[in-house]
Amino acid sequence: MARLKTYGFYLLVAVIVLQAVFPFYYAILTSLETGQAIFDINYLPAALDWSNYRSMLSSGVFGRQFLNSAVTASAVVVLSLVLATTAAYALARIRFRGRGLLLLTILSVSMFPQIAVLAGLFELIRAFGLFNSLWALVFSYMIFTLPFTVWVLTTFMRKLPVEIEEAAIMDGASALTIIWRVFLPLMWPAMVTTGLLAFIHAWNEFLFALTFLSTDTQRTVPVAIAMISGRSEFEIPWGNIMAASVVVTLPLVVLVLIFQRKIVSGLTAGAVKG
Amino acid sequence: MARVELQAVRKSFGTVDVIHGIDLDLASGEFVVFVGPSGCGKSTLLRMIAGLEDISGGELRIGGEKMNDVLPAKRGCAMVFQSYALYPHMTVRENMAFGLEQARLSKREIEERVTQSARMLQIDHLMDRKPKALSGGQRQRVAIGRAISRQPRVFLFDEPLSNLDAALRVDTRIEIAALHHRLHDTTMIYVTHDQVEAMTLADRIVVLNAGKVEQVGTPMDLYERPASRFVASFIGSPRMNLIEGATAEAMGAACVGIRPEHLHVAQDGPWAGKVVMAEALGSDTFLHVETAEAGRVVVRIPPGETPTPGTALHLAPDAARLHRFGADGAPLA
Amino acid sequence: MDAETMTAPDLSRLARQRKRAAWAFLAPMLIVLAAVAAWPLARTIWFGFTDASLDQLGNAQWVGFQNYLHWFDYGNGQGEWEGVLADPRWWRSVWNTIWFAGLSVSIETVFGLVIALVLHRSFPGRGLVRAAILIPWAIPTIVSAKMWAWMLHDQFGIVNDMLMRVGLIDSAIAWTATPGTAMFAIVAVDVWKTTPFMALLILAALQMVPDDIYEAARMDGVPAFRLFRKVTLPLILPGLLVAVVFRTLDALRVFDLIYVLTPNTDATRSMSIYARENLFDYDKFAYGSAASTLLFFVIALITITFIRVTRMNLERED
Ligand SMILES: Nc1ncnc2c1ncn2[C@@H]1O[C@H](COP(=O)(O)OP(=O)(O)OP(=O)(O)O)[C@@H](O)[C@H]1O
Ligand SMILES: [Mg+2]
Repeated sequence: MARLKTYGFYLLVAVIVLQAVFPFYYAILTSLETGQAIFDINYLPAALDWSNYRSMLSSGVFGRQFLNSAVTASAVVVLSLVLATTAAYALARIRFRGRGLLLLTILSVSMFPQIAVLAGLFELIRAFGLFNSLWALVFSYMIFTLPFTVWVLTTFMRKLPVEIEEAAIMDGASALTIIWRVFLPLMWPAMVTTGLLAFIHAWNEFLFALTFLSTDTQRTVPVAIAMISGRSEFEIPWGNIMAASVVVTLPLVVLVLIFQRKIVSGLTAGAVKG
Repeated sequence: MARVELQAVRKSFGTVDVIHGIDLDLASGEFVVFVGPSGCGKSTLLRMIAGLEDISGGELRIGGEKMNDVLPAKRGCAMVFQSYALYPHMTVRENMAFGLEQARLSKREIEERVTQSARMLQIDHLMDRKPKALSGGQRQRVAIGRAISRQPRVFLFDEPLSNLDAALRVDTRIEIAALHHRLHDTTMIYVTHDQVEAMTLADRIVVLNAGKVEQVGTPMDLYERPASRFVASFIGSPRMNLIEGATAEAMGAACVGIRPEHLHVAQDGPWAGKVVMAEALGSDTFLHVETAEAGRVVVRIPPGETPTPGTALHLAPDAARLHRFGADGAPLA
Repeated sequence: MDAETMTAPDLSRLARQRKRAAWAFLAPMLIVLAAVAAWPLARTIWFGFTDASLDQLGNAQWVGFQNYLHWFDYGNGQGEWEGVLADPRWWRSVWNTIWFAGLSVSIETVFGLVIALVLHRSFPGRGLVRAAILIPWAIPTIVSAKMWAWMLHDQFGIVNDMLMRVGLIDSAIAWTATPGTAMFAIVAVDVWKTTPFMALLILAALQMVPDDIYEAARMDGVPAFRLFRKVTLPLILPGLLVAVVFRTLDALRVFDLIYVLTPNTDATRSMSIYARENLFDYDKFAYGSAASTLLFFVIALITITFIRVTRMNLERED
């Protein structure tokens, strides 16, 4: 009986793992096939044909799009961490009227349906001449990275001991010095976590990238993938799509495997305490 | 060089008054200890002097200058925290230099001061370690060293030894006493719960109770001439025996107090009782005696034969050492 | 909020300095948030009351509630209601969105709970399993939509192949193209992608339940299922509720998945898709803005209701 239970448990574990990784596994299989081989359904690797990857990389524009995604996501991470760290210090450590309300307002922004700001953002971005520029994305992505980053860093900073800050005040450190020299070195775990999540969000974002960029060379990879199509239903280049999908997903899979603990703690810090 | 004066100093958190008008005048170079029950406002008062808490009313002067509105770092105070509050990511050297860097001293001078105070506290061999790699006692030394290197006019300690184990506490206490001796013109203010620390370190003790000063005086003053029933019961360990009721009234007081060492076992003593418990500490023995006249009292007897519980005996108070208090707790002449 | 905010009127220099620093530190973040959220939202709402079009944003004229609802008179005494609120396609998209959110969040909660309970046990390789289930979460929605589009392909899809092999279906199904199954395809992909998030939140809640509670119950010989119903579930309920709220809000703004997997399908058109179509594809910017505004208020309404329900959680934080 107990034996049966154990087998059942591991069967469940196997099903969970299999359903999670199978689609990605199948995408890799497909991406390594060309021509007719793609249309033959096979569960195990049947071919090892890199031509989808080769054609994608040699087209030039994909490399550019990959870079667009990387640059945008990195800029988003840096900007939101810079803006959020000082703000989180103020929210966590300085008492002022309306602090709780402010925190709640910031949090509620993260619940915003992005479509509700799309029209207004579109106008703003055009007015600033940012249309079809990556800066438009860096700017607009603040709507979801900033509230989250502020929230997590604030919760984290609240837990740092007060006496250390008071010692720094006695030592004559200004607020900026306290953040820069005393808190920042203690906060890197939280910064890594929030930075990772901001990166992943920005890397995966679709709606804004679809709306604010108009030329192929400016697009980020998700939009580029969504736009790959054939002249007819039967000419959709599934091999290329899967190759691009694998390439755009691989950095994330690597990040997840390396930082899974940090990512999990960030996800739950953002939500459970909310 | 810095006299510390408090005049009618008050503190309220929102609508709650915590410190109710305190007047104190601490001489330059004096070692003053704040004692009082938990929550009486010792830390708050210390932090007001440091500048970490706003002063709600009254005036604070250090070295004759009004300090109410001066930034903490500009008051010439250094503070040693209960939890040490060392910067965890900095080495001992960096910890000690941080405040001096903020004061924009030259590199050479910083180095000099850090080395000097490290030597004074014998932590020079730890300079490149991070706090994590130090024992509790070493951390406390570094915290003190960090304060010393700033060459403050006033040293503030908030229960600096309470996180150390008993043996280390004694050593560090002696060291602090030596430190005060060496830095004889630095005023030191020290908050503690510990009777022994207060009695051994202090030039003067300030007894606080519920945000008010109960008594200020030398340790022996407080011990021998408590200005209130509260101080009488607070200073001294074991506590002074306080006797109320008919026995006290017979002596013309609402309450009389007698310390354990001023009660003697005597055949013709006026108070008859039975031993409830005996604590032999080696150097002394304390008897807990249930008496009809004085209730339960503690008596100190010289070491030697310890009476077993149940032993009947008579006690005689040393009449000259009786403290008599009125109904308001004030001493009667 | 806290007692300190009401301190004496005359603050010390330190307190004043820190207060000033606080606002200086907050300002850049608040300005960016205002520029990226508050202002665009206000403009969207305003556009909804104008006749703005994509290339005429500058000289939009106020038209009142016309985009929402107005009576269009044919001139012969007859006419009809027009505007978003009179558009059956809008109401269809509202229904689709709510149906999608309700269905996928319910399924995710159940699956998430199962996975969380599995991960809460300790067994060799647990870390790897946790990393594996994070993969669907990390994959860009667009990519997962494409992957599933391929797997659900009517002719060459592996899903049809699997189902036919085990004999569940006789002939291939065009999952995404058939109105009857399109929504289920969307829900399935969404469940696959977001169950990990749900599972991790529930796992976090599970891990906050002290172990000795279980030990005490085990000593008393409480059977496993009863233990779960009577002890575990009530204790993780607050965390579970928060997870459900987060996921619901997320599901209500669904866009990417539907845009890629089932474009132009009445059966799956969500509110977000409807609004964006009008904004940018049909050149009905004002009309699309009106739809966006409605969407905002629908979601705000649901949010407020939810926050009422989980009120304690938000208050405990501050
Ligand atoms: N930030 C604060 N807000 C509100 N009340 C406070 C605050 N800090 C201290 N108090 C209150 O002020 C009173 C004095 O506190 P304080 O910390 O000075 O006591 P203490 O004498 O140092 O006690 P202990 O010996 O336990 O350290 C207490 O009643 C405490 O609850
Ligand atoms: Mg205290």
